[in-house]
Amino acid sequence: MKYRSAFDIIGPVMIGPSSSHTAGAARIGRVARTLFGKLPKKAIISLYGSFAKTYKGHGTDFAIVAGLLDLDTFDERMPKSLVIAKDLGLEVVFQTEEAVTDHPNTVKINLYGGDEELELVGISIGGGTIEITELNSFPLKLSGEHPAILVVHQDRFGIISAVTSVLSKYEINIGHMEVSRLDKGEMALMVIEVDQKIENMVIEELSNLANVTKIIRMAE
Amino acid sequence: MFRNVAELVQLAETNQVKIAEIMIRQEIEVSGLTREEIIAKMDKNLTVMEQAVERGLRGVHSHTGLTGGDAVLIQNYIKSGKALGGEVLLDAVSKAVATNEVNAAMGVICATPTAGSAGVVPGTLFAVKEKLQPTREEMIEFLFTAAAFGFVVANNASISGAAGGCQAEVGSASGMAAAAIVELAGGTAQQAAEAMAITLKNMLGLVCDPVAGLVEVPCVKRNAMGASNAITAADMALAGVTSRIPCDEVIHAMFLIGQSMPSSLRETAEGGLAATPTGRRLEQEIFGNGNTVKLKNLIIT
Repeated sequence: MKYRSAFDIIGPVMIGPSSSHTAGAARIGRVARTLFGKLPKKAIISLYGSFAKTYKGHGTDFAIVAGLLDLDTFDERMPKSLVIAKDLGLEVVFQTEEAVTDHPNTVKINLYGGDEELELVGISIGGGTIEITELNSFPLKLSGEHPAILVVHQDRFGIISAVTSVLSKYEINIGHMEVSRLDKGEMALMVIEVDQKIENMVIEELSNLANVTKIIRMAE
Repeated sequence: MFRNVAELVQLAETNQVKIAEIMIRQEIEVSGLTREEIIAKMDKNLTVMEQAVERGLRGVHSHTGLTGGDAVLIQNYIKSGKALGGEVLLDAVSKAVATNEVNAAMGVICATPTAGSAGVVPGTLFAVKEKLQPTREEMIEFLFTAAAFGFVVANNASISGAAGGCQAEVGSASGMAAAAIVELAGGTAQQAAEAMAITLKNMLGLVCDPVAGLVEVPCVKRNAMGASNAITAADMALAGVTSRIPCDEVIHAMFLIGQSMPSSLRETAEGGLAATPTGRRLEQEIFGNGNTVKLKNLIIT
Protein backbone atom coordinates (compact mmCIF):
# COMPACT_ATOMS: atom_id res chain seq x y z
CA MET A 1 0.00 0.00 0.00
CA LYS A 2 1.43 3.31 -1.11
CA TYR A 3 -0.61 5.36 1.34
CA ARG A 4 -0.50 4.37 4.98
CA SER A 5 -1.97 7.21 6.99
CA ALA A 6 -5.19 9.22 7.25
CA PHE A 7 -2.94 12.28 7.13
CA ASP A 8 -1.69 11.31 3.67
CA ILE A 9 -5.29 11.94 2.59
CA ILE A 10 -6.31 14.83 4.86
CA GLY A 11 -3.07 16.80 4.67
CA PRO A 12 -0.48 18.12 4.34
CA VAL A 13 -1.07 21.67 5.46
CA MET A 14 0.69 23.52 2.69
CA ILE A 15 1.19 26.58 0.54
CA GLY A 16 -0.86 26.27 -2.67
CA PRO A 17 -1.42 25.61 -5.45
CA SER A 18 -0.64 21.89 -5.99
CA SER A 19 -0.10 19.05 -3.52
CA SER A 20 1.89 16.98 -6.01
CA HIS A 21 3.66 19.78 -7.90
CA THR A 22 4.23 22.13 -4.94
CA ALA A 23 4.08 20.29 -1.58
CA GLY A 24 5.37 16.96 -2.96
CA ALA A 25 8.11 18.75 -4.88
CA ALA A 26 9.13 20.61 -1.71
CA ARG A 27 9.26 17.31 0.18
CA ILE A 28 11.53 15.71 -2.44
CA GLY A 29 13.81 18.76 -2.23
CA ARG A 30 13.89 18.49 1.53
CA VAL A 31 14.77 14.78 1.48
CA ALA A 32 17.64 15.63 -0.90
CA ARG A 33 18.80 18.32 1.53
CA THR A 34 18.61 15.91 4.47
CA LEU A 35 20.57 13.25 2.62
CA PHE A 36 23.16 15.82 1.55
CA GLY A 37 23.41 16.96 5.16
CA LYS A 38 24.09 20.64 4.48
CA LEU A 39 23.21 23.51 2.17
CA PRO A 40 24.72 22.70 -1.24
CA LYS A 41 26.64 25.24 -3.32
CA LYS A 42 24.96 24.22 -6.54
CA ALA A 43 21.84 22.32 -7.53
CA ILE A 44 20.92 21.04 -10.98
CA ILE A 45 17.23 20.21 -11.08
CA SER A 46 15.94 18.17 -14.03
CA LEU A 47 12.18 18.02 -14.49
CA TYR A 48 10.33 15.30 -16.41
CA GLY A 49 6.75 14.73 -17.65
CA SER A 50 4.02 16.82 -16.07
CA PHE A 51 6.65 18.47 -13.84
CA ALA A 52 8.46 19.69 -16.99
CA LYS A 53 5.28 20.88 -18.70
CA THR A 54 3.65 22.74 -15.83
CA TYR A 55 6.33 23.56 -13.27
CA LYS A 56 6.06 27.29 -13.73
CA GLY A 57 2.31 27.42 -13.10
CA HIS A 58 2.55 25.17 -10.07
CA GLY A 59 5.59 26.77 -8.47
CA THR A 60 7.41 23.42 -8.64
CA ASP A 61 10.68 25.32 -9.12
CA PHE A 62 10.50 27.41 -5.97
CA ALA A 63 9.02 24.47 -4.04
CA ILE A 64 11.99 22.18 -4.74
CA VAL A 65 14.40 24.96 -3.86
CA ALA A 66 12.43 25.66 -0.65
CA GLY A 67 12.97 22.00 0.20
CA LEU A 68 16.70 22.35 -0.46
CA LEU A 69 16.62 25.28 1.99
CA ASP A 70 15.02 22.92 4.56
CA LEU A 71 11.67 24.78 4.58
CA ASP A 72 8.42 23.02 5.49
CA THR A 73 5.47 22.61 3.07
CA PHE A 74 3.52 25.33 4.93
CA ASP A 75 6.38 27.85 5.25
CA GLU A 76 5.16 31.17 3.85
CA ARG A 77 8.67 32.00 2.63
CA MET A 78 8.33 29.24 0.03
CA PRO A 79 7.34 31.45 -2.96
CA LYS A 80 10.46 33.57 -2.31
CA SER A 81 12.85 30.62 -2.06
CA LEU A 82 14.71 31.39 -5.32
CA VAL A 83 15.71 34.81 -3.96
CA ILE A 84 16.60 33.35 -0.56
CA ALA A 85 18.75 30.67 -2.24
CA LYS A 86 20.63 33.33 -4.18
CA ASP A 87 21.28 35.31 -0.98
CA LEU A 88 22.60 32.17 0.74
CA GLY A 89 24.95 31.40 -2.16
CA LEU A 90 23.09 28.42 -3.65
CA GLU A 91 23.27 28.40 -7.44
CA VAL A 92 20.26 26.72 -9.02
CA VAL A 93 19.98 25.41 -12.59
CA PHE A 94 16.67 24.14 -13.97
CA GLN A 95 16.42 21.78 -16.95
CA THR A 96 13.31 20.37 -18.56
CA GLU A 97 13.75 16.93 -20.07
CA GLU A 98 11.84 15.28 -22.92
CA ALA A 99 12.56 11.70 -21.82
CA VAL A 100 9.49 9.69 -20.80
CA THR A 101 9.72 8.39 -17.22
CA ASP A 102 7.72 5.71 -15.41
CA HIS A 103 5.85 8.31 -13.39
CA PRO A 104 4.66 11.63 -14.87
CA ASN A 105 5.86 13.67 -11.89
CA THR A 106 9.56 12.89 -11.80
CA VAL A 107 12.50 15.07 -10.80
CA LYS A 108 16.23 14.38 -10.71
CA ILE A 109 18.24 16.53 -8.32
CA ASN A 110 22.04 16.79 -8.47
CA LEU A 111 23.65 18.55 -5.54
CA TYR A 112 27.24 19.76 -5.30
CA GLY A 113 29.14 21.31 -2.39
CA GLY A 114 32.83 21.03 -1.54
CA ASP A 115 33.95 17.51 -2.48
CA GLU A 116 30.49 16.04 -2.08
CA GLU A 117 28.02 15.14 -4.80
CA LEU A 118 24.59 13.60 -4.60
CA GLU A 119 22.14 12.48 -7.27
CA LEU A 120 18.59 11.70 -6.33
CA VAL A 121 15.48 10.83 -8.32
CA GLY A 122 12.09 11.42 -6.71
CA ILE A 123 8.48 11.01 -7.80
CA SER A 124 5.44 12.84 -6.46
CA ILE A 125 2.63 10.29 -6.50
CA GLY A 126 -0.31 12.47 -5.46
CA GLY A 127 -1.68 14.39 -2.48
CA GLY A 128 1.82 15.43 -1.40
CA THR A 129 3.02 11.85 -0.92
CA ILE A 130 6.42 11.13 -2.45
CA GLU A 131 8.88 8.34 -3.10
CA ILE A 132 12.60 8.56 -3.61
CA THR A 133 13.34 5.99 -6.30
CA GLU A 134 17.05 6.42 -6.93
CA LEU A 135 20.04 7.64 -4.94
CA ASN A 136 23.47 7.89 -6.56
CA SER A 137 22.31 5.33 -9.18
CA PHE A 138 21.03 2.89 -6.53
CA PRO A 139 17.37 2.01 -7.00
CA LEU A 140 15.47 2.33 -3.74
CA LYS A 141 12.10 3.14 -2.23
CA LEU A 142 12.02 5.76 0.47
CA SER A 143 8.96 7.76 1.54
CA GLY A 144 10.75 10.29 3.74
CA GLU A 145 7.86 10.04 6.20
CA HIS A 146 9.58 7.80 8.71
CA PRO A 147 12.97 7.99 10.40
CA ALA A 148 15.41 6.06 8.25
CA ILE A 149 19.02 4.94 8.17
CA LEU A 150 20.89 4.66 4.90
CA VAL A 151 24.00 2.51 5.04
CA VAL A 152 26.51 2.80 2.20
CA HIS A 153 28.71 -0.29 2.40
CA GLN A 154 30.82 -2.83 0.55
CA ASP A 155 28.84 -5.83 -0.71
CA ARG A 156 30.18 -8.51 1.71
CA PHE A 157 28.60 -11.40 3.59
CA GLY A 158 27.44 -10.71 7.14
CA ILE A 159 27.02 -6.97 6.77
CA ILE A 160 23.21 -7.09 6.97
CA SER A 161 23.22 -9.13 10.16
CA ALA A 162 25.88 -6.86 11.65
CA VAL A 163 23.74 -3.79 11.03
CA THR A 164 20.49 -5.35 12.21
CA SER A 165 22.22 -6.70 15.35
CA VAL A 166 23.08 -3.13 16.34
CA LEU A 167 19.47 -2.03 15.77
CA SER A 168 18.20 -5.00 17.73
CA LYS A 169 20.53 -4.16 20.63
CA TYR A 170 19.01 -0.67 20.85
CA GLU A 171 15.50 -2.13 20.50
CA ILE A 172 14.83 -0.31 17.24
CA ASN A 173 12.05 -1.86 15.17
CA ILE A 174 12.45 -2.02 11.38
CA GLY A 175 9.39 -1.03 9.35
CA HIS A 176 10.82 -1.48 5.87
CA MET A 177 14.22 -2.56 4.64
CA GLU A 178 15.90 -3.13 1.31
CA VAL A 179 19.36 -3.70 -0.06
CA SER A 180 20.68 -2.87 -3.51
CA ARG A 181 24.11 -2.95 -5.09
CA LEU A 182 25.77 -1.67 -8.22
CA ASP A 183 27.54 -4.97 -8.86
CA LYS A 184 28.54 -8.13 -6.98
CA GLY A 185 31.16 -7.31 -4.36
CA GLU A 186 31.00 -3.57 -5.16
CA MET A 187 29.39 -0.70 -3.34
CA ALA A 188 25.93 -1.36 -1.94
CA LEU A 189 23.18 0.55 -0.19
CA MET A 190 20.93 -0.55 2.63
CA VAL A 191 17.78 1.47 3.33
CA ILE A 192 16.15 0.87 6.70
CA GLU A 193 12.96 2.68 7.72
CA VAL A 194 12.41 2.45 11.47
CA ASP A 195 9.68 3.33 13.96
CA GLN A 196 11.78 5.01 16.64
CA LYS A 197 14.01 8.03 16.90
CA ILE A 198 17.62 7.15 16.05
CA GLU A 199 20.12 8.26 18.68
CA ASN A 200 23.66 9.43 17.88
CA MET A 201 25.31 6.44 19.52
CA VAL A 202 23.45 4.09 17.20
CA ILE A 203 24.81 5.96 14.19
CA GLU A 204 28.29 5.94 15.70
CA GLU A 205 28.23 2.21 16.35
CA LEU A 206 26.99 1.51 12.81
CA SER A 207 29.74 3.72 11.36
CA ASN A 208 32.39 1.63 13.11
CA LEU A 209 31.24 -1.67 11.58
CA ALA A 210 33.59 -3.33 9.10
CA ASN A 211 32.88 -2.61 5.41
CA VAL A 212 30.54 0.31 6.24
CA THR A 213 31.51 3.38 4.18
CA LYS A 214 28.95 5.90 5.29
CA ILE A 215 25.81 6.24 7.41
CA ILE A 216 23.12 8.78 6.63
CA ARG A 217 20.37 9.46 9.12
CA MET A 218 16.98 10.73 8.07
CA ALA A 219 14.76 12.06 10.83
CA GLU A 220 11.01 12.31 10.33
CA MET B 1 -5.92 -2.82 7.80
CA PHE B 2 -8.84 -2.37 5.37
CA ARG B 3 -7.96 -2.62 1.69
CA ASN B 4 -11.25 -1.72 0.09
CA VAL B 5 -14.64 -0.17 0.79
CA ALA B 6 -16.33 -3.55 1.34
CA GLU B 7 -13.84 -4.37 4.13
CA LEU B 8 -14.21 -0.88 5.59
CA VAL B 9 -18.00 -1.15 5.76
CA GLN B 10 -17.80 -4.65 7.21
CA LEU B 11 -15.35 -3.54 9.91
CA ALA B 12 -17.68 -0.71 10.92
CA GLU B 13 -20.72 -3.02 10.97
CA THR B 14 -19.01 -5.86 12.86
CA ASN B 15 -17.61 -3.52 15.50
CA GLN B 16 -20.80 -1.42 15.52
CA VAL B 17 -18.84 1.81 15.24
CA LYS B 18 -18.63 4.64 12.74
CA ILE B 19 -16.27 4.51 9.77
CA ALA B 20 -14.45 7.43 11.37
CA GLU B 21 -13.66 5.21 14.35
CA ILE B 22 -12.23 2.46 12.11
CA MET B 23 -9.92 5.05 10.51
CA ILE B 24 -8.83 6.39 13.91
CA ARG B 25 -8.10 2.89 15.21
CA GLN B 26 -6.05 2.07 12.12
CA GLU B 27 -4.13 5.32 12.47
CA ILE B 28 -3.29 4.49 16.11
CA GLU B 29 -1.98 1.11 14.98
CA VAL B 30 0.03 2.39 12.02
CA SER B 31 1.47 5.59 13.53
CA GLY B 32 2.10 4.46 17.10
CA LEU B 33 0.61 7.76 18.29
CA THR B 34 -2.07 7.94 20.97
CA ARG B 35 -5.72 8.61 20.17
CA GLU B 36 -5.42 12.08 21.72
CA GLU B 37 -2.38 12.94 19.56
CA ILE B 38 -4.15 11.80 16.39
CA ILE B 39 -7.33 13.75 17.21
CA ALA B 40 -5.22 16.85 17.99
CA LYS B 41 -3.43 16.50 14.65
CA MET B 42 -6.71 16.39 12.74
CA ASP B 43 -8.05 19.27 14.85
CA LYS B 44 -5.13 21.37 13.56
CA ASN B 45 -5.99 20.48 9.95
CA LEU B 46 -9.61 21.47 10.65
CA THR B 47 -8.43 24.85 11.94
CA VAL B 48 -6.39 25.41 8.76
CA MET B 49 -9.51 24.63 6.71
CA GLU B 50 -11.62 27.08 8.73
CA GLN B 51 -9.04 29.82 8.29
CA ALA B 52 -8.78 29.20 4.54
CA VAL B 53 -12.56 29.44 4.09
CA GLU B 54 -12.71 32.63 6.18
CA ARG B 55 -9.92 34.15 4.13
CA GLY B 56 -11.58 33.19 0.86
CA LEU B 57 -14.93 34.61 1.96
CA ARG B 58 -13.26 37.95 2.71
CA GLY B 59 -12.19 37.99 -0.94
CA VAL B 60 -8.86 36.88 -2.38
CA HIS B 61 -7.29 37.05 -5.85
CA SER B 62 -4.51 35.00 -7.44
CA HIS B 63 -1.29 36.59 -8.72
CA THR B 64 -2.35 36.02 -12.32
CA GLY B 65 -5.81 37.50 -11.77
CA LEU B 66 -7.39 34.40 -13.37
CA THR B 67 -9.33 33.48 -10.24
CA GLY B 68 -10.67 35.11 -7.10
CA GLY B 69 -13.69 36.91 -5.72
CA ASP B 70 -16.29 34.34 -6.82
CA ALA B 71 -16.89 33.00 -3.30
CA VAL B 72 -17.93 36.50 -2.24
CA LEU B 73 -20.26 36.86 -5.23
CA ILE B 74 -22.01 33.60 -4.37
CA GLN B 75 -22.37 34.51 -0.68
CA ASN B 76 -23.93 37.86 -1.61
CA TYR B 77 -26.31 36.10 -3.97
CA ILE B 78 -27.40 33.71 -1.19
CA LYS B 79 -28.06 36.72 1.06
CA SER B 80 -30.25 38.31 -1.66
CA GLY B 81 -32.73 35.47 -1.13
CA LYS B 82 -33.06 34.86 -4.86
CA ALA B 83 -31.08 31.60 -4.94
CA LEU B 84 -32.82 28.80 -6.84
CA GLY B 85 -30.67 25.94 -5.52
CA GLY B 86 -30.92 25.12 -1.81
CA GLU B 87 -29.00 27.33 0.61
CA VAL B 88 -26.87 24.48 1.98
CA LEU B 89 -25.89 23.55 -1.57
CA LEU B 90 -24.87 27.05 -2.60
CA ASP B 91 -23.16 27.67 0.72
CA ALA B 92 -21.06 24.52 0.11
CA VAL B 93 -20.26 25.76 -3.38
CA SER B 94 -19.13 29.18 -2.16
CA LYS B 95 -17.00 27.70 0.63
CA ALA B 96 -15.39 25.17 -1.71
CA VAL B 97 -14.61 28.00 -4.12
CA ALA B 98 -13.30 30.13 -1.22
CA THR B 99 -10.78 27.45 -0.25
CA ASN B 100 -9.55 26.96 -3.79
CA GLU B 101 -9.26 30.68 -4.41
CA VAL B 102 -6.92 30.81 -1.41
CA ASN B 103 -5.00 27.84 -2.84
CA ALA B 104 -4.66 29.53 -6.23
CA ALA B 105 -3.39 32.65 -4.46
CA MET B 106 -0.64 30.50 -2.88
CA GLY B 107 -2.19 30.79 0.56
CA VAL B 108 -2.13 28.11 3.27
CA ILE B 109 -4.61 25.24 2.81
CA CYS B 110 -4.95 21.61 3.86
CA ALA B 111 -4.80 19.14 0.96
CA THR B 112 -7.97 16.95 0.93
CA PRO B 113 -6.82 14.73 -0.75
CA THR B 114 -4.90 17.18 -2.96
CA ALA B 115 -4.47 20.95 -3.09
CA GLY B 116 -6.31 21.29 -6.40
CA SER B 117 -9.32 19.53 -4.86
CA ALA B 118 -8.93 21.03 -1.37
CA GLY B 119 -12.26 22.90 -1.46
CA VAL B 120 -14.78 20.07 -1.64
CA VAL B 121 -14.40 18.41 1.77
CA PRO B 122 -14.22 21.61 3.89
CA GLY B 123 -16.78 23.39 1.68
CA THR B 124 -19.41 20.71 2.26
CA LEU B 125 -18.49 20.28 5.94
CA PHE B 126 -18.88 23.97 6.79
CA ALA B 127 -22.13 24.19 4.81
CA VAL B 128 -23.87 21.18 6.39
CA LYS B 129 -22.53 22.38 9.74
CA GLU B 130 -25.08 25.23 9.65
CA LYS B 131 -27.90 22.72 9.36
CA LEU B 132 -26.68 19.75 11.43
CA GLN B 133 -24.91 21.75 14.17
CA PRO B 134 -22.20 19.12 14.83
CA THR B 135 -19.83 19.26 17.80
CA ARG B 136 -16.12 19.92 17.17
CA GLU B 137 -15.53 16.22 17.78
CA GLU B 138 -18.06 15.26 15.11
CA MET B 139 -16.45 17.65 12.64
CA ILE B 140 -13.10 15.96 13.27
CA GLU B 141 -14.81 12.58 12.74
CA PHE B 142 -16.13 13.89 9.41
CA LEU B 143 -12.53 14.32 8.29
CA PHE B 144 -11.57 10.80 9.40
CA THR B 145 -14.54 9.34 7.50
CA ALA B 146 -13.45 11.27 4.41
CA ALA B 147 -9.87 10.05 4.98
CA ALA B 148 -10.99 6.40 5.15
CA PHE B 149 -12.65 6.54 1.74
CA GLY B 150 -9.81 8.61 0.26
CA PHE B 151 -7.36 6.04 1.61
CA VAL B 152 -9.08 3.28 -0.36
CA VAL B 153 -9.10 5.33 -3.58
CA ALA B 154 -5.46 6.38 -3.15
CA ASN B 155 -4.32 2.77 -2.72
CA ASN B 156 -6.56 1.18 -5.37
CA ALA B 157 -6.78 3.90 -8.01
CA SER B 158 -5.12 7.31 -7.76
CA ILE B 159 -5.48 10.74 -6.21
CA SER B 160 -3.12 12.39 -8.71
CA GLY B 161 -4.32 14.41 -11.70
CA ALA B 162 -1.06 13.66 -13.49
CA ALA B 163 -1.68 9.92 -13.08
CA GLY B 164 -5.48 9.67 -13.28
CA GLY B 165 -6.98 12.98 -14.41
CA CYS B 166 -9.33 15.25 -12.45
CA GLN B 167 -11.62 12.31 -11.61
CA ALA B 168 -8.76 11.23 -9.30
CA GLU B 169 -8.66 14.63 -7.59
CA VAL B 170 -12.04 16.42 -7.51
CA GLY B 171 -13.73 13.05 -8.15
CA SER B 172 -12.06 11.45 -5.11
CA ALA B 173 -12.68 14.55 -2.97
CA SER B 174 -16.39 14.56 -3.88
CA GLY B 175 -16.78 10.89 -3.06
CA MET B 176 -14.98 11.34 0.25
CA ALA B 177 -17.19 14.33 1.11
CA ALA B 178 -20.41 12.54 0.15
CA ALA B 179 -19.58 9.56 2.36
CA ALA B 180 -18.63 11.82 5.27
CA ILE B 181 -21.84 13.87 4.96
CA VAL B 182 -23.90 10.67 5.10
CA GLU B 183 -22.17 9.54 8.27
CA LEU B 184 -22.45 12.97 9.91
CA ALA B 185 -26.17 13.08 9.04
CA GLY B 186 -26.68 9.74 10.79
CA GLY B 187 -26.62 7.40 7.78
CA THR B 188 -25.17 3.89 7.93
CA ALA B 189 -21.71 2.79 6.79
CA GLN B 190 -23.29 1.09 3.77
CA GLN B 191 -25.16 4.29 2.87
CA ALA B 192 -21.86 6.19 3.06
CA ALA B 193 -20.39 3.69 0.58
CA GLU B 194 -23.42 4.11 -1.72
CA ALA B 195 -22.95 7.89 -1.64
CA MET B 196 -19.28 7.48 -2.51
CA ALA B 197 -20.18 5.18 -5.43
CA ILE B 198 -22.92 7.47 -6.77
CA THR B 199 -20.62 10.50 -6.58
CA LEU B 200 -17.68 8.82 -8.30
CA LYS B 201 -19.90 7.48 -11.07
CA ASN B 202 -20.76 11.07 -11.93
CA MET B 203 -17.09 12.07 -12.02
CA LEU B 204 -15.65 9.21 -14.11
CA GLY B 205 -13.64 10.37 -17.07
CA LEU B 206 -13.11 13.93 -15.86
CA VAL B 207 -9.82 15.11 -17.35
CA CYS B 208 -7.12 17.31 -15.85
CA ASP B 209 -6.58 20.21 -18.26
CA PRO B 210 -5.41 23.25 -16.33
CA VAL B 211 -5.01 26.42 -18.39
CA ALA B 212 -1.34 27.44 -18.48
CA GLY B 213 -0.66 24.59 -16.04
CA LEU B 214 -2.05 26.69 -13.22
CA VAL B 215 -4.34 25.26 -10.53
CA GLU B 216 -6.93 27.92 -11.31
CA VAL B 217 -8.99 27.37 -14.49
CA PRO B 218 -10.99 25.12 -14.37
CA CYS B 219 -9.91 23.76 -10.96
CA VAL B 220 -11.68 26.33 -8.77
CA LYS B 221 -15.07 25.81 -10.43
CA ARG B 222 -14.62 22.04 -10.54
CA ASN B 223 -14.49 22.20 -6.75
CA ALA B 224 -17.87 23.95 -6.87
CA MET B 225 -19.28 21.11 -8.97
CA GLY B 226 -17.61 18.54 -6.72
CA ALA B 227 -19.26 20.03 -3.64
CA SER B 228 -22.74 20.09 -5.18
CA ASN B 229 -22.27 16.57 -6.55
CA ALA B 230 -21.31 15.37 -3.05
CA ILE B 231 -24.35 16.91 -1.37
CA THR B 232 -26.71 15.58 -4.05
CA ALA B 233 -25.27 12.05 -3.83
CA ALA B 234 -25.35 12.14 -0.01
CA ASP B 235 -29.03 13.12 -0.10
CA MET B 236 -29.75 10.35 -2.62
CA ALA B 237 -28.01 7.74 -0.45
CA LEU B 238 -29.81 8.98 2.68
CA ALA B 239 -33.09 8.72 0.74
CA GLY B 240 -32.31 5.03 0.22
CA VAL B 241 -30.97 5.13 -3.33
CA THR B 242 -28.25 2.53 -3.94
CA SER B 243 -25.63 2.14 -6.64
CA ARG B 244 -26.10 -0.83 -8.97
CA ILE B 245 -22.31 -1.02 -9.38
CA PRO B 246 -20.60 -1.65 -6.01
CA CYS B 247 -18.31 1.13 -4.76
CA ASP B 248 -15.08 -0.88 -5.12
CA GLU B 249 -15.90 -1.69 -8.75
CA VAL B 250 -16.53 1.99 -9.46
CA ILE B 251 -13.13 2.79 -7.95
CA HIS B 252 -11.49 0.13 -10.11
CA ALA B 253 -13.26 1.52 -13.19
CA MET B 254 -11.86 4.94 -12.30
CA PHE B 255 -8.36 3.45 -12.10
CA LEU B 256 -8.68 1.82 -15.54
CA ILE B 257 -10.10 4.99 -17.09
CA GLY B 258 -7.16 6.93 -15.66
CA GLN B 259 -4.75 4.38 -17.16
CA SER B 260 -6.22 4.81 -20.63
CA MET B 261 -6.39 8.60 -20.50
CA PRO B 262 -3.87 10.22 -22.87
CA SER B 263 -1.04 12.20 -21.31
CA SER B 264 -2.40 15.40 -22.90
CA LEU B 265 -5.37 15.19 -20.51
CA ARG B 266 -3.38 14.39 -17.38
CA GLU B 267 -2.06 17.66 -16.00
CA THR B 268 0.27 18.54 -18.84
CA ALA B 269 -1.65 21.65 -20.00
CA GLU B 270 -1.55 20.20 -23.55
CA GLY B 271 -5.19 19.29 -24.13
CA GLY B 272 -8.78 20.05 -23.15
CA LEU B 273 -9.49 23.57 -21.88
CA ALA B 274 -5.76 24.35 -21.78
CA ALA B 275 -5.63 23.91 -25.57
CA THR B 276 -8.63 26.14 -26.38
CA PRO B 277 -7.89 29.43 -28.16
CA THR B 278 -8.66 31.36 -24.98
CA GLY B 279 -6.68 28.93 -22.85
CA ARG B 280 -3.64 29.41 -25.11
CA ARG B 281 -4.09 33.20 -25.16
CA LEU B 282 -4.21 33.34 -21.35
CA GLU B 283 -1.09 31.16 -21.20
CA GLN B 284 0.71 33.56 -23.50
CA GLU B 285 -0.39 36.59 -21.51
CA ILE B 286 0.89 35.03 -18.29
CA PHE B 287 4.12 33.41 -19.46
CA GLY B 288 5.10 35.47 -22.48
CA ASN B 289 5.74 33.18 -25.44
CA GLY B 290 3.91 30.48 -23.53
CA ASN B 291 6.49 27.83 -24.25
CA THR B 292 7.88 26.74 -20.91
CA VAL B 293 9.95 24.00 -22.57
CA LYS B 294 12.21 26.67 -24.03
CA LEU B 295 13.32 27.44 -20.49
CA LYS B 296 15.88 24.64 -20.82
CA ASN B 297 19.15 25.46 -19.16
CA LEU B 298 17.74 28.63 -17.66
CA ILE B 299 20.15 29.61 -14.95
CA ILE B 300 18.81 31.44 -11.97
CA THR B 301 21.64 33.19 -10.25
